[in-house]
Amino acid sequence: MSETIKNFLYLNRRAPYGSIYAWEALEVVLIGAAFDQDVSLAFVDDGVYQLTKGHNTADIGMKNFSPTFAALGDYEVKKIFIEQESLDERGLTLDDLQHLVWEDEDEDYAEKDSIKVVNRTEMAAIMDGADVVFSF
Amino acid sequence: MTTLHTVNKSPFEKTSLDKCLQYAGGNSAVLLIEDGVYAAVKGTDVEPRIKTALDSVKVYVLGPDLNARGFSDGRVIEGISVVDYAGFVDLAAENAKVQAWL
Repeated sequence: MSETIKNFLYLNRRAPYGSIYAWEALEVVLIGAAFDQDVSLAFVDDGVYQLTKGHNTADIGMKNFSPTFAALGDYEVKKIFIEQESLDERGLTLDDLQHLVWEDEDEDYAEKDSIKVVNRTEMAAIMDGADVVFSF
Repeated sequence: MTTLHTVNKSPFEKTSLDKCLQYAGGNSAVLLIEDGVYAAVKGTDVEPRIKTALDSVKVYVLGPDLNARGFSDGRVIEGISVVDYAGFVDLAAENAKVQAWL
């Protein structure tokens, strides 16, 4: 049986906690990761807020799902694109975000960065190059 | 009449905050909650609008919603007061009514 590998792009544009989109996107990514496809994640607009560090949801009665992002590398999800312009508009820098890595089996499990900051033009090309785009 | 205005949407996604600030009168208090708290953080494109608003209205932000999103009190624009749930209740009680900007 022939197997077609498609390039799936999960496009995240929503802030966490205020709506269920961010959490649902993460659930779908983890489920989809089981199907051996070429997966990329894009974070633009308020989506960049999903990856900020130090979430403490103890006093809002909601699950803090942000630690789950650190597990993406174990699911072979290692292409996480973040838009520079979206960070700038929100006064954020890469230092405000979680440091996400994946382990490269071919290089003695060396940890490599999963996050790549790209500009809007590059993000447009990433969207254009995807076979399938899932929007959240 | 004094009014407590609440804003619970991100200023980057909805016009709720901008509309609220256009209508909120001189004796009003504006409380940022849920995704509205992003407007209280220093260094964003929204900051100039908040600073202008601070000249005429009191602005508060709900601490638990801020902390949930990874921001400490130190990231809040000067002039905005951080309140807890009891502070939210006090604001609701002090003002004649609550108007929500969704």
